[in-house]
Amino acid sequence: MAAGPARRALPLILPSLLFMTALFLLPLITGVAQAFRGPDGLTTGYLRRMVDDPYFWQAARNTALLIVVLIPLQFALALAMALLLRERPRLAGLHFYIWVIPLAISDLAAGLVWLSIFTDRGYLNSVLDAAGISPYAWLSFQHPATMFLAVVIAELWRATSLVFVIVVAGMQGVPRDYDEAAAVFGASYWQRVRHVLLPQLRPSLQVALILRTILALEAFAVAQALTGRNFPLLVGETYQWYTALQNPNVATAVALVVLLLSVVAAVGYLRLMRHGPEPGR
Amino acid sequence: MRAQRLWVQAACVAISLFMGVPIYLITLAALSSRESLNDFPLSLLPTHPSGETMSTFLRSTGILGGLVNSLTVGLSTVALSLAVGLPAGYALARYAFRGRDAYQLSLLLTRALPIVVLSVPLAKVFLTTGLYDTAYAVTLLHTALALPTTVLISAAIFVGVPREQEEAAMIFGASPMAAFGRVVVPQALPGIAASAIFTFVLSWNEVLGASILTLNRRTLPAQVLATLGESPLAFRFAGGLALVLPALVFIAVVRRYLLNMWGTPLR
Amino acid sequence: MAAVVIENLVKTYPSGHRRATDDVTLEVSDGEFLVLVGPSGCGKTTLLRMVAGLETPDAGTVRIGERDVTRLPARHRSLSMVFQSYAIFPHMTVRQNIGFGLTMAKVPRDEWASRVARAAGLLNLGDQLDRHPAQLSGGQRQRVAVARAIVVNADVLLMDEPLSNLDALLRMQFRAELKRIVARLGTTTLYVTHDQAEAMSLGDRVAVMREGSIAQLGTPMEVYDRPAQRFVGGFLGTPPMNFFDAVVAPDGHADHDKPVRLTAGDRVIPGPARLSGWAGRPVTVGVRAENIEVSLQDGPGRSHAEVEVAEPTGAAMLLTVRWGGDELKVLAPAAFPARPGDRVWLGMPEHALRCFDPETSLAL
Repeated sequence: MAAGPARRALPLILPSLLFMTALFLLPLITGVAQAFRGPDGLTTGYLRRMVDDPYFWQAARNTALLIVVLIPLQFALALAMALLLRERPRLAGLHFYIWVIPLAISDLAAGLVWLSIFTDRGYLNSVLDAAGISPYAWLSFQHPATMFLAVVIAELWRATSLVFVIVVAGMQGVPRDYDEAAAVFGASYWQRVRHVLLPQLRPSLQVALILRTILALEAFAVAQALTGRNFPLLVGETYQWYTALQNPNVATAVALVVLLLSVVAAVGYLRLMRHGPEPGR
Repeated sequence: MRAQRLWVQAACVAISLFMGVPIYLITLAALSSRESLNDFPLSLLPTHPSGETMSTFLRSTGILGGLVNSLTVGLSTVALSLAVGLPAGYALARYAFRGRDAYQLSLLLTRALPIVVLSVPLAKVFLTTGLYDTAYAVTLLHTALALPTTVLISAAIFVGVPREQEEAAMIFGASPMAAFGRVVVPQALPGIAASAIFTFVLSWNEVLGASILTLNRRTLPAQVLATLGESPLAFRFAGGLALVLPALVFIAVVRRYLLNMWGTPLR
Repeated sequence: MAAVVIENLVKTYPSGHRRATDDVTLEVSDGEFLVLVGPSGCGKTTLLRMVAGLETPDAGTVRIGERDVTRLPARHRSLSMVFQSYAIFPHMTVRQNIGFGLTMAKVPRDEWASRVARAAGLLNLGDQLDRHPAQLSGGQRQRVAVARAIVVNADVLLMDEPLSNLDALLRMQFRAELKRIVARLGTTTLYVTHDQAEAMSLGDRVAVMREGSIAQLGTPMEVYDRPAQRFVGGFLGTPPMNFFDAVVAPDGHADHDKPVRLTAGDRVIPGPARLSGWAGRPVTVGVRAENIEVSLQDGPGRSHAEVEVAEPTGAAMLLTVRWGGDELKVLAPAAFPARPGDRVWLGMPEHALRCFDPETSLAL
């Protein structure tokens, strides 16, 4: 009888299987071929061109820096937002609505939104000017620190909502009984958050962490909109190689690097979260 | 306790300002006249409201066409991903078939990987099949992006309609199709609608793949990105607002389903 | 209306290692109310679902009336069903819910309306017809599920634990009402429950199931008074039957009419005459709490016991007593003046004793 459910399920899932194979596996194989096969057989020429390009290393460094700085900030903010909402503040519904709006905003749009603020004659400098402080060229390539800051803020603004929503959804799955029981036994608010809530949120945080890291690896349009090519990111280089430099082979090589990094990130997190020390012990 | 409540309220307001003020500013910028955008300092209040910036943007080359392309691709993506994804979601929800876990895992995997970086090889595949630079090409890519989510969300929605209700319908004379249509669909519809909107926004926002797979038939974000370098600030602000607006509508409509969508299928 | 004949039904679930139903044969006569009762996992619901057509048997046949329906989909079997979770449709009004089967059968509009109204009236739902299930109480939802099931005039009515989601008081009230309604309709009914009191009160006959098989089939009083297996005695009744080990005294007289003596430890009680062929061998003795005579004085055939717990139930006094090495439940009159530690004397009439083979657990 084991064949029964399979026989009924197969026609239903088959289209999706074929579809995903055609649009995931097929380009993956084509991509590897594209990156490693030149007109005269196998070659590492495209890889060499990729690593010889100074932009590539700059992009790799920027991407890594963005992830390292952004993700901890984002998780801290998202957790704070979720905890605030748990206190049932006044106008909680309105706050929730405003906090999740960026969820539906693309990174290109986010870049353009913050461009209106950070650009030389933008809203930030207008406010500073009104306060008597002289304007500053935030996005100039001569000021890499503030350029980076602008990208971080724009990404923090755009993508924290995703973590926030996953954390809130996770919190809803944690029965309040545990928290109340801990309170009865004299645990302080922070002890309860640390020892009761966070351990139970672990699956949600894990998912959010993997998803966010991989999405951060994909970010490029936000930097493109804010800084042009002054703050290159890896996926942006794929775009550059393909559109501006018209070299699909190197573009694919860069894309495969991004894919590889994503896989490493996902597997690494899963192992870390599974085998790492239990939080709160 | 009172002081603590006050801090909570203040923190909430501060975060709402951080999230909300940029939206206000881009709206303000896009709805100001072109000359007023050259002023410095810029006014933080709508002193020069004007539709001029927006209408110039919409009349620029490729923008209206991009809008139409974005809508075409978005709606086709919704239709295709529902057509392929709903049956699979139903199978996941109802049948304990062999390989179910592996199937679910592969969905999570493809969802977690940045498929869009595969756009360049995909462009080569589409060039050989004649699909390059068409709405079909972008639709196929966007459907591949949306499909895992569609399957997992619709599975969660179908699990929410108890199996016994379908059985009851069949006991009382309904065929399996009639039971699905009369009992499951009406109850699943709001959730499916939310998931469809989610898919549409995903397609509306996707820019890398759309830029690589098309040359002349660009979607709106691809068009904005392609002309970013040589366009004036006013054009970019108007483009920003045009891309943000659907997000406001989307979130307002699906707010109630957000938690379910991100909560259940991910665990 | 029609009889239901179940023959040699076997079903194994892919995940289960043993059979959910193991070669079950059962006949529900035309117009009969038959209850399947047993602990959870005994296969009663699987059996019902195979009759309904919601589950396909591995082997065996189901016939309804003259038709073999084993391979027929549910909708062609001319039956109706009440589900444990009610399974009424939340997006339809009460009226649409009750009329669902009639809609599927394309019953003309006038007839549809009058039949729905009649069924709703029978279940006191006349005022709720335009509401949605979410606006109803649990009891009212249950009524909708029953109304939906009876309005179609099916040949066979199936009920899967229909009362188990109601609270105790409502369950008692609705049980009687259900009995009245089904008796009036006279439909062949197969009813599944884990509640032995429900089984006893509703069934014309009761089939007690255990581990995929029918342990005993009979009228409620038969299965209650003369359990065929130790399991049946222990499952039916509140409190369940008392059991203790004894040995038939070896003073083997060949007289089959004279009572034998049973010894349980240092206690000796008279046993049924039919045990005379069992002399010198061990038996498991079962006796119902209400059949033990309890008294404050010693007397012929009585043996002493010590009260451990006394629980007044209102109508009676339930005593837990220590009787030699055994613990027994005894039902005493409500006014019986016993307190923990008191000594009482027990008498067990030999006709009330039910003896089982300790090895097979089957009645002797």
